[in-house]
Amino acid sequence: MAAPLPDTERLLDALVTQMKPATGPETGIVGIYTGGAWVAERLHRALGVKTPLGQLAVTLHRDDYGRIGLHREARRSHLPFEVEGRDIVLVDDVLHTGRTIRAALNELWDYGRPARVRLAVLADRGGRELPVAPDFTGAFVEVEAGEELVLTNENERLRLAAVRRPA
Amino acid sequence: MSPSLQVDSQGRLVHLLTTEGLSAEMIRHILDTAAQFVSVNEREVKKVPLLRGKSIFNVFFENSTRTRTTFEIAAKRLSADVINLNIGASSTAKGETLLDTVWNLQAMDADMFVVRHAEAGAPHLIARHVKPGVHVVNAGDGRHAHPTQGLLDMYTIRHYKKDFAGLTVAIVGDVLHSRVARSQIHALTTLGVPDLRVVGPKTLLPKDIERLGVRVFHDVTEGLRGCDVVITLRLQNERMSGPLIPSAGEFNKTYGLSPEKLAFAKPDAIVMHPGPINRGVEIDSGVADGSHSVIMPQVTFGIAVRMAVMAILAGNA
Repeated sequence: MAAPLPDTERLLDALVTQMKPATGPETGIVGIYTGGAWVAERLHRALGVKTPLGQLAVTLHRDDYGRIGLHREARRSHLPFEVEGRDIVLVDDVLHTGRTIRAALNELWDYGRPARVRLAVLADRGGRELPVAPDFTGAFVEVEAGEELVLTNENERLRLAAVRRPA
Repeated sequence: MSPSLQVDSQGRLVHLLTTEGLSAEMIRHILDTAAQFVSVNEREVKKVPLLRGKSIFNVFFENSTRTRTTFEIAAKRLSADVINLNIGASSTAKGETLLDTVWNLQAMDADMFVVRHAEAGAPHLIARHVKPGVHVVNAGDGRHAHPTQGLLDMYTIRHYKKDFAGLTVAIVGDVLHSRVARSQIHALTTLGVPDLRVVGPKTLLPKDIERLGVRVFHDVTEGLRGCDVVITLRLQNERMSGPLIPSAGEFNKTYGLSPEKLAFAKPDAIVMHPGPINRGVEIDSGVADGSHSVIMPQVTFGIAVRMAVMAILAGNA
């Protein structure tokens, strides 16, 4: 049995504490849909960043398109600022294989060439399949085989939970 | 022509041959996917890697530079390799030669065929004979269907009017010879447009068209009254003189969309045309270039809609 999950608000607080000294008003905060965008919104508010919040949809750069096809995705990337030359923090809820981050970087580069990109994740569950490492981490979370970490958002209340993956 | 040829047993789109029989859900899936590609086309880098390594053959037995170009751009923005073949309008291109052509191209590892043919049903015939995993897109067959045009028109209407539920839509002109009109009618009725009209002289409207769920108007001001969307159709050059209409000028006087006639539609009506337009025949310049016209956005959305169709098909191997 894995240890109980830490409280999501405390993970958010931990991220803010790490990021506060490392970001400025010009930093671009970019959340990956869906969970990452929720986390990014909270961080953006807490950090008082001036640059408007961005979102990335990674569907068009996923590497499993050949296997699962194109699924319905109404969300689109929205980067309401100049990407070229900007310091960017990419935000996701759960870091696992690293494939989503690879796709997100490709998507981001379609908009320009940032000066630097760092990665913030609410939870790192290990299991990397690509050379990807977070710069800011809410917590390292152990998850049992067959389980998935899922972030939910109920009326602005974020909650991270381990759920059994459907067989 | 079985419309189910284009949807597999799991409900996935494997060919796009006609809008007839496509579910509202599937049409919305295509339009939603196209919305993503509209945003790709507005970026610095207008290219995504979805179809990298795939070969798409544009096989045009009937010439059409515009349509072929839009498919070509769409395929290239998806990173596919595009091969254009203009086989020309050989009226003798019967079943056998057509399939031989396709089998040869298939032997060159084609992943998708975009087919235009003067004969209705040619893309269906090809779809029935290609290997599993090879997809066919109908880019216009005879008078039958032009589904990507129909879908890009749906995209355009949804973009400007948001919802199909309360709309009054009129399709004006040569409906009889128009594969575009057929594709639009099937899609518009499926999406639940409550008042769909066709407007034109008896000679240019198919008999029994009411069966498709449209209202017929011969009087243009009555037909346009209260419309949210006015779709004008191209009057083909070869039909401008002959038994169907007295003359192009006479047709323009009676059915050509002028600012005066458009005034009967709603003040915020949009005007569409599948192109290429005949100025002064089915549409006056004052309307084509006017504030109601969304003809150029149709062209732009057409790229995204074709990208969506090809990306969905290629993903359903």
